[in-house]
Amino acid sequence: MNGLGWTLSLALGAWTIALIVGTLVGVARTLPRGILPRLGRVYVETFRNIPLLVQMFFWYFVLPELLPVRVGMAIKQMDPPWGSFVPALICLGLFTAARIAEQVRAGIQALPSGQMQAASALGFGQGNMYRLILLPQAFRIILPTLTNEFMTIFKNTSVALTIGLVELTATAREINENTFRTFEAFGVVTIVYLVIALLAWQIMHRIERAAQLPALAGGGARP
Amino acid sequence: MIEINSVSKSYGSFQVLKNCSASIARGEVVVICGPSGSGKSTLIKTVNGLETIDSGEINVGGFRLAPEVTNVAALRRSVGMVFQSFELFPHLTVLSNVTIAQTKVLKRSKAAAEEKARSLLARVGLSAHIAKHPAQLSGGQQQRVAIARALALDPEVMLFDEPTSALDPEMVNEVLDVMTGLARQGMTMVCVTHEMGFARSVANRVLFMDGGEIVETAAAAAFFDAPRSERAKAFLAKILKH
Amino acid sequence: MMVDLSAIASATPYLLSGLWFTVQITVVGVTGGIVFGSLLAVARLSRNRLVSTLATAYVNLMRSIPLILVIFWVFFLVPWAIGWMTRSGRPVAVGASLTIFVTFVLFEAAYYAEIVRAGFRSISPGQYSACEALGLSKFHAYIYILFPQAIRNVLPILLTQTIVLFQDTSLVYVISATDLLGAATKIAQRDGRLVEMYLTVGVIYFVVCYAASQFVKQLQGRLAYGAR
Repeated sequence: MNGLGWTLSLALGAWTIALIVGTLVGVARTLPRGILPRLGRVYVETFRNIPLLVQMFFWYFVLPELLPVRVGMAIKQMDPPWGSFVPALICLGLFTAARIAEQVRAGIQALPSGQMQAASALGFGQGNMYRLILLPQAFRIILPTLTNEFMTIFKNTSVALTIGLVELTATAREINENTFRTFEAFGVVTIVYLVIALLAWQIMHRIERAAQLPALAGGGARP
Repeated sequence: MIEINSVSKSYGSFQVLKNCSASIARGEVVVICGPSGSGKSTLIKTVNGLETIDSGEINVGGFRLAPEVTNVAALRRSVGMVFQSFELFPHLTVLSNVTIAQTKVLKRSKAAAEEKARSLLARVGLSAHIAKHPAQLSGGQQQRVAIARALALDPEVMLFDEPTSALDPEMVNEVLDVMTGLARQGMTMVCVTHEMGFARSVANRVLFMDGGEIVETAAAAAFFDAPRSERAKAFLAKILKH
Repeated sequence: MMVDLSAIASATPYLLSGLWFTVQITVVGVTGGIVFGSLLAVARLSRNRLVSTLATAYVNLMRSIPLILVIFWVFFLVPWAIGWMTRSGRPVAVGASLTIFVTFVLFEAAYYAEIVRAGFRSISPGQYSACEALGLSKFHAYIYILFPQAIRNVLPILLTQTIVLFQDTSLVYVISATDLLGAATKIAQRDGRLVEMYLTVGVIYFVVCYAASQFVKQLQGRLAYGAR
């Protein structure tokens, strides 16, 4: 099952990119002033309002044509799996980043404004304030929706078959075309996706439990 | 220690602070009181730059704050602040709440910061709770942690913004006791509060605000026994009825 | 690289016919998806264990696998299934459009079901009791009382999912259907105009989806205001 390997590495690689870029863009959107919040909005609206498949084609077909000829040729001549894998990785990573950015922004904005005031009153700079105070809390808030996104990224890897990456779904199609055992080919792959979804959910569920903060039974003090 | 000179501030067309001036000496305890919406909280937050000002200037221990001054990091290190809703960091333990600014802002070593935190937490009577998270504490305990957190940076001034308003009545005293102790040790304190008993027994002076103005400044005893302005009389009559 | 605008102009009629198919898929997908999805949502709330378990299993299955895989399933298996049902034993050719319509209803219903279910859960339990107390039949209670409230409560999410559905239609590319993206691809390959075609469809998708999402945002604001 080589296809499974490509599906998993594409999903996990893109997830890493998405977490990093998504967090940065999400934070940028919550900054009080300057150009960054606007740039963040442009990023999110662009990547959210164009279908993933069209973005896939953009990275694979269009970008090499727009770059200087030398660079474009170098990209087109990458060896087979990488020539599809790298554009797919960038595409899926940046696409998912826009969705994570929205969640991070919502998480930060859900925090009471007093948290930001308290951190500034203690002399924290903006970087430390986000890193130590706001983001750790925001991520706890958005963990459930993040779980959804993590499960979605495995499904979205299938779009990479359109630019020639032989991942899980493409494997099923190939087996079907070569053997005509339609039911078996697609059946096995469907089950594999189910198992992946279950595992992804398990992983996130464990993280959620580990990140849970202790609280007083029965509520405790409400400020 | 603190000089507030002709400070004004507006939100759009609404003027929250109108030409406020006050002077607070080192070691003095000043209570700011007045009806809600009078600008008390806004005024106290201008002192450490949490609220910007439109005109005038503020001097805190040699640091000059004016509308155009934006870098207030140095000021905040010497001014501690306690909030109405505590604002402890819920994802950190009690001990980390008190150490984090020491290590990240003042760059103290972890060991030194923890030692300081333990002694401060002992001082506010919370030694038994240092490993807990804020949500596991009562409101009064949380506010005492917040005081320890502010003291950990060795501030020269402590600001209190209605520190007991969010507390159940039975927890008010434990927080006021800590504040009283602090005043007795000579801390310069500015407190926005409705606790008139505390104001009368601990404060040196009272600033009475109404409608964004500082209407009256008087020694605590004089203010309660013989308020000069009509507005202060009306306010006291209302508040002392309860 | 020069972008050739005349290539876009001459392709416009064909692109528009592709867009028309995209709109058709969206409309069928939304209508069928919400109807079937609502039935699934009600089934999941059913006291009959078998019914609720089957509905739950269906929804979870569909939500765990990629849409492309479902398109392939329907594309390759529906001809066999029809052949088997008509007892001819041989696969019967089914048009790409029908395959696609069936797929989108089956797939999107799972997502709409979850949204509608969230809508039902947002209704206060008192409403259910009130319906019973008034002697309304279950059917009437759902049709006249519960369903309208549920839909109203989740309307923005429902519309957002529809924008996602509109974008998802581009995936019919994998069975070479001629939707907006399919039309663009065919011209792009015929004329060697990849850059112009893909940029053009990118802009079209963006304009439609951005306008729709702004509308949803406004609606959300108005609904929140009305609730106050």
